[in-house]
Amino acid sequence: MATSKAVILVGGPSRGTRFRPLSLDLPKPLFDVAGHPIIWHNLKALAKTPGIKEVILIGYYDESVFAPYIKWWSLDYPQFSIKYLREYQALGTAGGLYHFRDVILKGNPSTLFVLNADVCCSFPLSSMLELFEEKQAEAVILGTKVSVEAASNFGCIVADPETKRVRHYVEKPETHISNLINCGVYLFSASIFDVIRDGMARKADKLAANPALEHEDDQEALRLEQDVLGELSERSKFFVYETRDFWRQIKTAGSAVPANALYLQQAYQSGATELAQPGPNIVAPVYIHPSAHVDPTAKLGPNVSIGERAVIGAGARIKESIILQDAEIKHDACILYSIIGWGSRVGAWARVEGSPVAATEHSTSTVKNGVKVQSVTILAKDCTVADEVRVQNCVCLPYKELKRDVVNEVIM
Amino acid sequence: MKALILVGGFGTRLRPLTLTLPKPLVEFANKPMILHQIEALAKAGVTDIVLAVNYQPEVMVSVLKKYEELYNVRITFSVEHEPLGTAGPLKLAEKILGKNDDPFFVLNSDVICDYPFDALAKFHKAHGQEGTIVVTKVEEPSKYGVVVHKPGHASRIDRFVEKPVEFVGNRINAGIYILNPTILKRIELRPTSIESEIFPAICADGELHSFDLEGFWMDVGQPKDFLTGTCLYLSSLAKKGGKELTPAGEEHPYVYGGNVLIDPSAKIGKNCRIGPNVVIGPGVTVGDGARLQRCVLLKNSKVKDHAWVKSTIVGWNSTVGRWARLENVTVLGDDVTVGDEIYVNGGSVLPHKTIKTNIEVPAIVM
Repeated sequence: MATSKAVILVGGPSRGTRFRPLSLDLPKPLFDVAGHPIIWHNLKALAKTPGIKEVILIGYYDESVFAPYIKWWSLDYPQFSIKYLREYQALGTAGGLYHFRDVILKGNPSTLFVLNADVCCSFPLSSMLELFEEKQAEAVILGTKVSVEAASNFGCIVADPETKRVRHYVEKPETHISNLINCGVYLFSASIFDVIRDGMARKADKLAANPALEHEDDQEALRLEQDVLGELSERSKFFVYETRDFWRQIKTAGSAVPANALYLQQAYQSGATELAQPGPNIVAPVYIHPSAHVDPTAKLGPNVSIGERAVIGAGARIKESIILQDAEIKHDACILYSIIGWGSRVGAWARVEGSPVAATEHSTSTVKNGVKVQSVTILAKDCTVADEVRVQNCVCLPYKELKRDVVNEVIM
Repeated sequence: MKALILVGGFGTRLRPLTLTLPKPLVEFANKPMILHQIEALAKAGVTDIVLAVNYQPEVMVSVLKKYEELYNVRITFSVEHEPLGTAGPLKLAEKILGKNDDPFFVLNSDVICDYPFDALAKFHKAHGQEGTIVVTKVEEPSKYGVVVHKPGHASRIDRFVEKPVEFVGNRINAGIYILNPTILKRIELRPTSIESEIFPAICADGELHSFDLEGFWMDVGQPKDFLTGTCLYLSSLAKKGGKELTPAGEEHPYVYGGNVLIDPSAKIGKNCRIGPNVVIGPGVTVGDGARLQRCVLLKNSKVKDHAWVKSTIVGWNSTVGRWARLENVTVLGDDVTVGDEIYVNGGSVLPHKTIKTNIEVPAIVM
């Protein structure tokens, strides 16, 4: 069988600012949804795909950030080796790949999966591989259909409906081109590096011809989406595999709540044994870490994850929310559509509440009385909500104490 | 002695409660509002009570029949066929009020206080003049009509200043009077205001006095004030050491902060925290882990487990769902259901409605 490798693009601390305030304390790829870090879900999908011998994480976080996790994940997934390669400057998604091409191509893998870390989906990688082989492709991109209004926020793909060949690709177009969008999951042959090299040369030429561009942001960086995929659609055997399963970006901190719901539902439907047993006080799916303590009179779910050592008091109610490790929810409190940060405490009879986010809607803000507010209420690390206090549609930065009701605010 | 209670019309200000019961029958601290007044009047030796009403619902007649026997008083309905204001009803009831020379009490049915009828009658007879108005001291007199005394006189009223822009005093008309039957000669049978037409005339004759009310006073004609009045009433009961209140302690571990009045037939769950300032009516069920403060639960209502209720009137037979949160002068009419986990901020909900989505800003649910 042909061997394959995978690259997960994890980004760096200066990226992912939209994941604040949660990314102030933990790199986004390590944030727990459905009981596991975001990239654990990518690894899980890769582990199910035949032929993958090595997974390389590329990003510009410090090496020490991923080191302990890689150790744990190597135990979870003995079928491949996992390593982290650090970029010392942001090279862009394509630039980073190219920079590490020798490591990536070592052992002559016939195919290369490239996954953006901030994607939540079912990762139908085997199906992509089948299409790749059937079409003898050079590249396959995962696509999904979204609403016409949402499409222009993503990379848009125009493909031949019969052959699935990609005819045109535009990143975040100003006008409507297609509502089939780029899911941030790719399968390439080694020839991708030729396309990237040409893209770099083209960009260098453009810069030389117009030195004024030199001061623009990221002029050094080469991005797959902006600088490579368009060219790929012009010259290569580039195909799209359209998924009808769930797909969602994890950009804002609030989007962790729908992502959590989607991964939990997936786990539940596949009969995962790590989920809590449904019962009168457990509305499936619910994940409870074995070290967490949940009072039997508390009612949880659906779509709730309870982190390590978290404590849930008597008669508490938690729905569509993530409770992170060491958080404490006191008796009779009610948590809806929210994220409760590490070590945060929610008082008795307090109510922490966001607004429902439809899984099909790719936005995590909502308009209330003409003002744009966050749908999901987020308490970052070590925040405190006093007894009986109500917090709704708020984002609260770390180490804050909320003693009075707050609605529609960002609390610095 | 005789008394007239100005009941008036449909009590629209106390809707949605008054869509179900006439205002005088709405329970205040687990007792129909009018009963507080009838009881106090009977205790002061009043035997003839006239209820001045614009309309006379059947239910009111039958309920008051019961009280007639219970308190050994005669209750007469005086029905206005057109609104007669605050003075006209006195003329309409002239036959009863003027049947002898004894003075009679007049009171607004919305007023809750420690009714000082005995002392008031004594004071009135002592000065021997035509009328006495009970006055109460308020912090912000600019919102009311203020009573100004004659220079150098402690009780004789010189004039009234409606909504004074500069401070002339802080005593306001408390809506309770004792008047000699001679006043009936000053009133014609037409819409007339006792405050702005009759009293100034008596004043001009130097025949009107004021009587200071001790303790609390509240016009409980609308929900916000109904709740405030309930707090004042419960505090007053507590001060008097009344046995009606449920004491905190081992037997009632849920009582928190005092001023809690619970009907013996109500059922309270485990691990609740109730108070301060809560009234729980007969047949009410409160689930486990509920948190109640500054609220009134009317007869046969139900607050389910872990709900949080503050500054709210829960109407008869209504149900508040598990983990629901009600606050900011929310009023549920009769037989309203608030779903589990629902938040209601200042909702005014008409009878027989079910609330399934949050009410985030004060609103009326038709």
